[in-house]
Amino acid sequence: MVTETEVAGEATSTSGTGTGTGTVSKTGAARGWARRVGRRPGLLLAVLYLVLVLGWTVAPGLFAGQDPLFTDPASGLVPPGAEHWFGTDNLGRDIYARVVHGTRVSLVAGLLAVGLALAVGVLLGTLAGYLGGWLDQLLMRVVEVLVVIPGLLLSLAVVSILGFGTTNVAIAVGIAGIPNFARVVRAEVLRIRGSAYVRAAVAGGSRTPAILRRHVLPNASPPVLVLAALDVGGAVLSISALSFLGYGAAPPAPELGAMVSAGRDYLTTAWWVTTFPGLAIALVVLATSRVARALERTGVPS
Amino acid sequence: MNEPTVSPPLLAVRDLRVSYRTRAGTVPAVRGASLTVAAGETVALVGESGSGKSSVGLAVLGLLPDGTEPVSGSVELDGRNLVGLPERALRGVRGREIGFVPQDPKASLNPVQRVGAQVAEVLRIHGLERGRAAAARRARELLGEAGLPEPDRVAERFPHELSGGMCQRVLIAIALAGRPRLLIADEPTSALDVTVQRHLLDHLADVTRRAGTGLLLITHDLAVATERAERVAVMSDGRVVETGPSADVIGAPSHPYTRELVAAAPSLTAPPATPAAPDAEPLLTVENVRRVFRTRLPQGGRQVTTAVDGVSFTLPRGGSLGVVGESGSGKSTLAQLLLRLDRPDAGRIVLDGVDLTSVPAGRLRRLRRHVQPVFQDSYGSLDHTFTVAEAIAEPLRAFGVPGRARRVADLLDLVRLPAAAGARRPTELSGGQRQRVCIARALALTPRLLVLDEPVSALDVSVQARILTLLAELREELGLAYVFISHDLAVVRQVCDRVLVMRRGRAVEQGAVADVFSGPRHPYTQELLAAVPGGPRTVSEGASP
Repeated sequence: MVTETEVAGEATSTSGTGTGTGTVSKTGAARGWARRVGRRPGLLLAVLYLVLVLGWTVAPGLFAGQDPLFTDPASGLVPPGAEHWFGTDNLGRDIYARVVHGTRVSLVAGLLAVGLALAVGVLLGTLAGYLGGWLDQLLMRVVEVLVVIPGLLLSLAVVSILGFGTTNVAIAVGIAGIPNFARVVRAEVLRIRGSAYVRAAVAGGSRTPAILRRHVLPNASPPVLVLAALDVGGAVLSISALSFLGYGAAPPAPELGAMVSAGRDYLTTAWWVTTFPGLAIALVVLATSRVARALERTGVPS
Repeated sequence: MNEPTVSPPLLAVRDLRVSYRTRAGTVPAVRGASLTVAAGETVALVGESGSGKSSVGLAVLGLLPDGTEPVSGSVELDGRNLVGLPERALRGVRGREIGFVPQDPKASLNPVQRVGAQVAEVLRIHGLERGRAAAARRARELLGEAGLPEPDRVAERFPHELSGGMCQRVLIAIALAGRPRLLIADEPTSALDVTVQRHLLDHLADVTRRAGTGLLLITHDLAVATERAERVAVMSDGRVVETGPSADVIGAPSHPYTRELVAAAPSLTAPPATPAAPDAEPLLTVENVRRVFRTRLPQGGRQVTTAVDGVSFTLPRGGSLGVVGESGSGKSTLAQLLLRLDRPDAGRIVLDGVDLTSVPAGRLRRLRRHVQPVFQDSYGSLDHTFTVAEAIAEPLRAFGVPGRARRVADLLDLVRLPAAAGARRPTELSGGQRQRVCIARALALTPRLLVLDEPVSALDVSVQARILTLLAELREELGLAYVFISHDLAVVRQVCDRVLVMRRGRAVEQGAVADVFSGPRHPYTQELLAAVPGGPRTVSEGASP
């Protein structure tokens, strides 16, 4: 007979290896993350900026009192000052208000694009990885063809088919992002499919959908979510690029890429018209990728 | 050979203390270890994982990792204290005076460098050979001395082109390159098959005896220790609890821990498990099962490997069949086939009159509840996102069994785990506890047959003994039948009443455990049994010291 004390003895003899290699508990990960942010000023700034941008996205009116569409040709091209923090453009619109609203549009579009890429990529990657066989071959060959085409070019082609507009631009960028997700998810699924716990689940009579839902997706998600976080910055950049090229929303709507483009004509006389939206794009991209890199290193605090 | 050594010891470790700094504070790993090794003597340092035995070896070499508190005590090599010596001086000692054979042969060699160059590197670092050509020539000689066939060709190979045993011989060549007077071997054969282990240990004994090298053999295996060493030092919890001549320590252990260790070690002389009732009807009949793997080679063409080649056996209700064989013998593939996680290319697997190879998928899923697995890697067998209770409940959920919480509590009790363990994550448990969880999960659906694939080989002997006891008790209580796959013959003897010996996919011998172990007919079975450390040896082989 084995008594409880003996079993407890097993725990002490190998507890060092048991906890050392294991995943950190949830609260532990969150606390470690908080400490990491505190130690790194760059990361702290990035997080703070993203919190600010999130505020702009949720309640733009709270941060920018002026209407981004309100034109006042009489006070056009006013340099930055107390009344117009970032100055005004040629039609006298407040650039700060336009940047706040534009960042919101870009971020929402970026999240939409990444969400689309994530959803379709996870679906394709899971099917290919778990079911394998000819389906895997077919899906992965298609994905490889998509990988060969540069992302922006692919997005351009898609948006030409779908037509102009922010949503269509987001969808186009999202489609270009699918291959990456499909490949990462497939690799994770292959790893998990071969694991002993999935074999045990099959032997225990679990059906394939249950295995996918309960084992494969939860275990595949951390690296995929990190990739998604990394991709947000890239998606914002691509969306801004397409908007710069004129594929985005029609003119009066505030869009960062379009603002940069419109301000080019005044670059020598009114630098602020291009510079502030440009900085806004750069900061969103840098901040999201900084946070995503930190997530990559520490794991996603879930 | 066994005369007591009077000369001063080559290595004298006195009251060694090693502590590691961790986030949780300082953790002592070695708390006062003393031992000596004389020239030409083999001393075994035995202990379970976490006993501090590897830390002793690393401390002697001055190779303790960063984050170690300064070592206290003394490590004297020929009267010269190595503790506190500057790194420069230690570099001269390592390789020249103390050679080291690490545990994991594959991981310890540089994968992108040819093995000959890796031996030559040591010679040149220590200035033993000047010039590339001379070093390369000497390296090939050393590889030959380490017992590698065709050393000229082996020297041009990369580590991944060699087997584990060959890689370990390369490491021995590297360790002996500087003609050290002391060799420290940390679990040199734990990753290898028994027959390979035997050849390697024979060879190590041979070279150390010829050159008069002292050997400190660090091992978890009491049988290896007593068979190979003149003296044994037993470590537990950072202390050397018992030292003495091998025969005395194993024959009349004085310390309670050593007694426990000796009792826990499975032996080939223990009585075998109780057989199934003689009139029991067959539960599982396997007929001529074959599994062939076809892999595409990178250089074109296909390689056909027959992993399981026409294996047949019958298992009665409540019977226990051991499947033994070395790595690559096809025993794990056989387990996959029995569990129907893989499909045989030919043959039949009949469970209770139903041929599992020809039932439709839906019916197969329902039949799965009768055959459940326990795998070797308990860490990988449990999804870390699940709690213990969720893991055990998973098969119950799959079959929609009601009253799951109560059943899980019963199962935890059945495998002698406290009820509180249900709320914990697998990572919070020890290896032995995790394996108990896997057994509980396998028992959830009250199966008739458990397929156990090396269920105890990743565990320390004392934990292994408890799991084996549990398995024996469960078999009695629940009337279970086992197919027990293992490389360890002694373990099979303890759990099984029948045994099947596999080699290269074929069943070369099968029969009652008592018969096969006492009178093996097939030469391979004889070789396997003879290679077991501490096992009975035939007269011709008994001549070795």
